[in-house]
Amino acid sequence: MPLLLSVPAAVAVAFLLLPLLALLVRAPWRSLPGLLADPLVVEALRLSLLTATLATGVCLLLGVPLAWVLARTELPGRRLLRALVTVPLVLPPVVGGVALLLLLGRRGLLGGPLLDTFGVSLPFTTTAVVLAEAFVAMPFLVVSVEGALRTADRRFEDAAATLGADRLTAFRRVTLPMVAPGVAAGAVLCFARALGEFGATITFAGSFPGVTRTMPLAVYLALETDPEAAVALSLVLLGVSVLVLLALRRRWTGAV
Amino acid sequence: MRAVLAAVALTATGLAGCATDPGPATTAATGNDGPTGTVVVLAAASLTEPFTRLASEVEATNPGLTVVLSFAGSSALAQQALAGAPADVLVTASEATMEPVLAADVVAGEPVVVATNELTIAVPPGNPGHVRGAGDLADGDLAVALCAPQVPCGALARDVLAADGVAAAPDTLEQDVKAVLAKVRLGEVDAGVVYRSDVVAAGDAVEHVDLPAGGVAPTRYPMAVLAGAPNPDGAEAFAGAVRSMQGREALSAAGFGPADAVP
Repeated sequence: MPLLLSVPAAVAVAFLLLPLLALLVRAPWRSLPGLLADPLVVEALRLSLLTATLATGVCLLLGVPLAWVLARTELPGRRLLRALVTVPLVLPPVVGGVALLLLLGRRGLLGGPLLDTFGVSLPFTTTAVVLAEAFVAMPFLVVSVEGALRTADRRFEDAAATLGADRLTAFRRVTLPMVAPGVAAGAVLCFARALGEFGATITFAGSFPGVTRTMPLAVYLALETDPEAAVALSLVLLGVSVLVLLALRRRWTGAV
Repeated sequence: MRAVLAAVALTATGLAGCATDPGPATTAATGNDGPTGTVVVLAAASLTEPFTRLASEVEATNPGLTVVLSFAGSSALAQQALAGAPADVLVTASEATMEPVLAADVVAGEPVVVATNELTIAVPPGNPGHVRGAGDLADGDLAVALCAPQVPCGALARDVLAADGVAAAPDTLEQDVKAVLAKVRLGEVDAGVVYRSDVVAAGDAVEHVDLPAGGVAPTRYPMAVLAGAPNPDGAEAFAGAVRSMQGREALSAAGFGPADAVP
């Protein structure tokens, strides 16, 4: 191995893994069970899992059809559309939260009429958390599924069409099963991103125990007064991330 | 030695009248001996406006001295000071947040309280929720933002509301007071409990409704010069300016109460 490549590679490994190692070394292992049994922690974890699951559901319901439109249709301007819908991928999440407030807040473009007409106010609700998470996570799913669709063999769909299947049937019975691994990987990525969401959530949904205070918000708040609790909460998130990685291992670690 | 330096610095800035430790050295110093270099000040975010003003005044009276201001939440600043940040002066928004810094013995001398701050109720312009007093914060139909009790503004709000006998019904417990203010400015909440200085800083963007302190002491802002200050002369020059009449005026104009305020 040339040194010019192996040395930076080793630095990269250290850079990515040492912070996690520090988390493990400094973890308050002895008081961990007590900290994790704290009702506030349990509540934050429950809320995080619930909202991330719902957000993933929203992303699947809307994102898979969008990926299909981007990959399989000749819609004019779809290259621009693809670029636009992946903007939340690179947008700072706090900016996403502000944008959501300006659209769906009580004085937002849609939120204002929504409040006046139906008396519905989204900020500070669990629904707002799901929306914030779906906003930042959906591009991950769309990009992943679109990639799977592009590499899938279209001849199977053509064959289905010659056998009389309409496009919806072909999508449902042929395309979807073919790209299922891509959809699953996208969903897992989407879930992980939703679980870690912080900026858009705290900006758009606020922070209230049991309603909008998810794990990342709880970690950040705990740092103010109880760094030990923050480390314990971080460990839980790290654990979930490792599980996500295990779910993806066939795709990313090359073990086919 | 430090007292001498302090006196020299204060004399050089023309603020000797406010020196708290008058010594024989107060007559020393000419303009040429003034502090130079860079002085780094870690200050609570609520001090942004008055400290920015004071910094340019200190720079004007001390040619060659550059004041670098770093504003953040008090707890974060305390952590930075504890971690050995190359800073000279630390000003936090509560004595509780200064406590760990004092305990770790990284402060030179005793901290001095330089200002106080009271809570008030900020409402969007026009007061759409018709908030008239503390009692309205208990109204479940109004959207209300408070600071989380884990941060100083939230702890104070909890005590004040308890003293007022109000069982507040907040919709969100924000990480810091500026986040509460932002929710009010955007009109997302009908009321938010913030510091008086925040309302002054926000100008026309918010209105305010008085929140009786209920006998709870306002939050006090301690200022300390750090033991490892790379520029102790500069530190004393800036600290002296904060304690000076000019400094008090700047703080008062920004909505802060005097250091010796009583509830």
